[in-house]
Amino acid sequence: MDILIILEDNNGNIHRMGLESIVAAQQLGSELGLSTGALVMGANADALAEEASQYNVDEVIKVNDPLLASYSADGYSEAVKQIIEQENPTYVLFGHTYQVRDYAPRVSAKLMKPFLVDNVALSTEGGKVVFTKQMFNAKLFSDVIPSGEGPYLVSFQSAAFSADNAASGSASVREGSVNLDASMIKTESEEPFQEEAGGVDLTSADLIVSVGRGIGKEENIPLAQELAKALGAELASSRPVVDAGWLPSAHQVGSSGQSVSPKMYLALGISGAIQHVVGMKGSKNIVAINKDPEAPIFEIADYGVVGDVLEIVPKLTEALQ
Amino acid sequence: MKIAVLVKQVPGSESPLPIQSDQSWVDEGGIAYVMNESDNYALEEALQIKEQNGEGEVVVVSLGPDRIQKVIREGLAKGADRAIHIKTDTAGSVDPLVTASQFADALKDENFDLIFSGLQSDDVGMGQTGVIMGELMGMATASLAMATEVGDGKIKVKRELEAGWFQWVSLSLPASITIQSGLNTPRYPSLKGIMGAKKKEITVIEPSGGDAKQSLDKVYVPQSEKQTVMIEGSVDQQVEKLVDTMRNDIKVL
Ligand SMILES: Cc1cc2nc3c(=O)[nH]c(=O)nc-3n(C[C@H](O)[C@H](O)[C@H](O)COP(=O)(O)OP(=O)(O)OC[C@H]3O[C@@H](n4cnc5c(N)ncnc54)[C@H](O)[C@@H]3O)c2cc1C
Repeated sequence: MDILIILEDNNGNIHRMGLESIVAAQQLGSELGLSTGALVMGANADALAEEASQYNVDEVIKVNDPLLASYSADGYSEAVKQIIEQENPTYVLFGHTYQVRDYAPRVSAKLMKPFLVDNVALSTEGGKVVFTKQMFNAKLFSDVIPSGEGPYLVSFQSAAFSADNAASGSASVREGSVNLDASMIKTESEEPFQEEAGGVDLTSADLIVSVGRGIGKEENIPLAQELAKALGAELASSRPVVDAGWLPSAHQVGSSGQSVSPKMYLALGISGAIQHVVGMKGSKNIVAINKDPEAPIFEIADYGVVGDVLEIVPKLTEALQ
Repeated sequence: MKIAVLVKQVPGSESPLPIQSDQSWVDEGGIAYVMNESDNYALEEALQIKEQNGEGEVVVVSLGPDRIQKVIREGLAKGADRAIHIKTDTAGSVDPLVTASQFADALKDENFDLIFSGLQSDDVGMGQTGVIMGELMGMATASLAMATEVGDGKIKVKRELEAGWFQWVSLSLPASITIQSGLNTPRYPSLKGIMGAKKKEITVIEPSGGDAKQSLDKVYVPQSEKQTVMIEGSVDQQVEKLVDTMRNDIKVL
């Protein structure tokens, strides 16, 4: 096949970002007239294969191997490398999940083939295949092109394509096999766990005031707290605020924090990096206050205020009281 | 315990980012550079492991033109023992296969127990260099580390998973670990550290070759797709209009 989609197991179902990469493969395939296939793996990937076969791809390859029972970078990178060598696709597509970040660069190194990561779009205009990625925390974009012979490994950012657009079909399932040895796996993994949320449930909040690094220092956090209180809103934050210890991690919104969809999300001094945006772009109304008129947050905001949060926030609190 | 820390010099989060007229890259003349954020955490983690063990060596390794000596000095001032500067004429390749190969070639005879790097750079953000290096050097790898524990020829790493989940993974040494921001509190260099750094050794070496297998075709400012209502005026007017918007348009007051 020409395009191989690598699907990830997410608690027994195909990871949403895998479905999004099916959409990317369907677009690339139809524009360039290329065949598509999807790979599922695990100790027993029968159910995943069944789920994958309901999409419009030419075939599904299922690899069942006891050494793939739980995720390891060693095992997964070796298995994917072997399937790529067997199938010799031109494109290998992934969702840019945390798991893919962890092992796909190893596949790239094993094959000495490029891995174009975290793309937000693809274009085949004039037969030239171009992938688009964000750079500098979403402040600039870049068109990226692979060179040399394929296969080219390509991953897509969360929501670059909508999983709802994955065309359905009925693909045949083929059994694939890989040659793994227990001695290849040099890591031991414990069970995944979640940390105490500390009583902060942002997911059901109607109003959220969220504070970013632009607040400047820990001593300024009360400005946001008072505004939240005046509005009757929950207080949330971007990652650097948690990293710096200004707020506990339960307040973090984003890909490694909570996903929220309040009626109003008021972002104070937040630049709008994708890892933050994935956690709050479902908000009904996004209001952003940022001193930089070019900040990427204004690209997704419904209402924008260019200004200094340290000046605006106290006055806003006062006006609301 | 011998630990290499890969650090990269990148534009600071508030630096202007002027684009070159041929749109091939940013105009480096107009940029305020800093140490990449997650690399700073990686360096701190390495320094703490050395201090806990009471022995060992932390070596800062960076690739780029002369300007990057600033972050190398910063690493030395914070407590790294020595540095390796892989000197290039330009910012270096954007292809992590090339960069990681250059790092691997530079370090192959050093026998490091651990290679630490930030999980991704705040410029191009390929997020692969440390992981590829591990593969090239036959080391175990783990990414997105939020805590580490070293002992008995092993490193235990608390890996960040999606949506607030974590997982402990144990790796035999040598290992290459990419570090996520927030796992410690990076120190500032002391005055004594800054003075002492001047005497520390920086080995400058040539990069090995390698053809890029991916490149930037065009760099540009993204176009906004959403209509944003901008609330303008003096601060007082902005506040007044904002309250009005919350009351009458968003209807949350
Ligand atoms: C794997 C991974 C996972 C991540 N997970 C998350 C996550 O879950 N959540 C998350 O938030 N991030 C996450 N990040 C980090 C993310 O990439 C960004 O670094 C982060 O979101 C930036 O936070 P910020 O906007 O607060 O800071 P910055 O990007 O530094 O932005 C600060 C903003 O404040 C503005 N500003 C400064 N001073 C003022 C002032 N006085 N008044 C008004 N505006 C001002 C600046 O113009 C700037 O736009 C993750 C990154 C990675 C690689």
